[in-house]
Amino acid sequence: MTLTTAAVTTAHTLPPPFTSPTSPPLDLRVQGAESLLYKTTLLTPSLPCALKYRPPKAYRHATLDRRLTKARLLAEARVLVRCRRDGVTVPGVLGADWETGWIALEWVEGRTVREVLDGVYHVREHRDAQSAEEKEGKEGIEGIEKQLLGLMRKVGVAVGKLHSVGVCHGDLTTSNLMLRPRKKKRTTHPGHDAAEAAEAAEADIAMEALRDAQAQEPEPEQELDGDVVLIDFGLANQTVQDEDKAVDLYVLERAFGSTHPQAEHLFQEVLNAYGENYKAGQTVLRKLDQVRMRGRKKSMLG
Amino acid sequence: MIALGLEGSANKLGIGLISHPSPTSPPIILANLRHTYISPPGAGFLPKDTAAHHRAWVIRLIKRCLQQSSLRPSDIACIAFTKGPGMGAPLTAVAVAARTVALLWDKPLIPVNHCVGHIEMGRAITGAENPVVLYVSGGNTQVIAYSCQRYRIFGEALDIAVGNCLDRFARTLAISNDPAPGYNIEQLAKRGKRLLDLPYTVKGMDASFSGILAAVDALAGRVLAEEESKRLRDEESGELVTVEDLCFSLQETVFAMLVEITERAMAHVGSQQVLIVGGVGCNERLQEMMGLMAKERGGSVYATDERFCIDNGIMIAHAGLLAFESGVKDGLDDSTCTQRFRTDAVHIKWRD
Repeated sequence: MTLTTAAVTTAHTLPPPFTSPTSPPLDLRVQGAESLLYKTTLLTPSLPCALKYRPPKAYRHATLDRRLTKARLLAEARVLVRCRRDGVTVPGVLGADWETGWIALEWVEGRTVREVLDGVYHVREHRDAQSAEEKEGKEGIEGIEKQLLGLMRKVGVAVGKLHSVGVCHGDLTTSNLMLRPRKKKRTTHPGHDAAEAAEAAEADIAMEALRDAQAQEPEPEQELDGDVVLIDFGLANQTVQDEDKAVDLYVLERAFGSTHPQAEHLFQEVLNAYGENYKAGQTVLRKLDQVRMRGRKKSMLG
Repeated sequence: MIALGLEGSANKLGIGLISHPSPTSPPIILANLRHTYISPPGAGFLPKDTAAHHRAWVIRLIKRCLQQSSLRPSDIACIAFTKGPGMGAPLTAVAVAARTVALLWDKPLIPVNHCVGHIEMGRAITGAENPVVLYVSGGNTQVIAYSCQRYRIFGEALDIAVGNCLDRFARTLAISNDPAPGYNIEQLAKRGKRLLDLPYTVKGMDASFSGILAAVDALAGRVLAEEESKRLRDEESGELVTVEDLCFSLQETVFAMLVEITERAMAHVGSQQVLIVGGVGCNERLQEMMGLMAKERGGSVYATDERFCIDNGIMIAHAGLLAFESGVKDGLDDSTCTQRFRTDAVHIKWRD
């Protein structure tokens, strides 16, 4: 939600090492309020990475700007490293520099859940318009909905897993959930995954991500098959409170309702899977009922 | 058409007369008078005293407005008044005056949402067409964007308003409330140099200010300590931290938060324009910071001066007349006021 494509007039100069004439090309993908997201490669041309750069803000006092950039970048890196260590599917951290404000993350292939849903419902509307009478088309849609329910379950399980390790995302929307196609063979090293301090193990992580990247040959594409990967932890925080987790779910529910009104009936499946797969999930779901009643402090419309 | 507007939701009593010559031409301001209830240093304005002030001044101001514009009551098409949000007692005092005048002159009464008044006046003065609006005052802090005949709230203060934070800090320092506590903090901040660490509390497009107030109050306690040995010193230079430094640090921190949530809303809705309204919007440092942010995004900032930023009657008259022209009418029985009145509760009939 915080990242939207928009036209920019100010060209940003990236800090070293990304400015050298020999460095790989940078492809600006998204301009958010706080950061710019580039696709590039790190260390070797075969290791794709997402480079998130927080440019200095001219309006902020320089001291405050440095303080905020450092705190936010470190918080994001720490949360990601922790998630990765505890088995939550998130992009790995390849490197970071909080003085100049960049963090390099493993590039996640695939589409966002938002794009997946938009794709399905766009096709559906199209088909409905073409042949409203044809039964075949409708059965096909029911088939897709069954698959979508599977996707919803995966989302619920992923969010439950995230909360079980004591992390709240802070900005859960369907744009921040990726559906990554399954890899043929995955070489994982549990326990080895960035567990040690990020700084010391940086090269190790990079090597591992490199192996991952090389092993990544997607199977013949199955529409809704794959792993759900959580991305954009810019507003994430570590917490033990059910209240925070319930708010996380509430944000997702609201985002879901406003972005995909046709798929709103599927959302319950996210909560079902969340409650079934996360031990403390039922308590959070009860809290969610309270949060819904509150809806912040106001009568919001729309 | 000409409307008389009465505003008194806080400590300013504002009476204004506006004319909309035709739907295509800009509005003409015929009179814009204000009288402010100023409480002694170290104290805020209490509802009872503020209401008494408004009752004492409202008739005088209406008369002066008519004199200044050389209009007679028969020239006026409708009476607009602030329905809310605001302090109960002052709102009621002004609503009673509005009803009385409406009955006396036999004019329709138009209730106006105070926040919508600010936004509409800001748009009319600056010519900003469809901006993201930052509405910052002593009672409200909201980031607003227009969509489908509503001013929708994208972000807001989760506890106290930013202006309330500044006003209350002025009380801690016991500086003058004349002409406004925020203005005096701004003047002090201009001479501040050191940026002290204060909490920075932004949650997405929302912000919180009460923790910052508590933190800066605690620092003020140490800066103003009687014994010099106990006073707060700069860690690096060893110099004494001044009241000016505190004001500077407070402004830099809370304004950075406001600019950040505004920028996030601009990125979210894809807008390049930003309009600042409300009393805190007169602050030149806030305008400057917003300008730097807008420039980086390739956009521009629109702001007005104290005549229109600070609560006034003309904005109520303007928004009331827009509503009246689009067919809004309220009977005397419905002419109530309310302390809580959300910006997004108003149906903006006059925009597409």
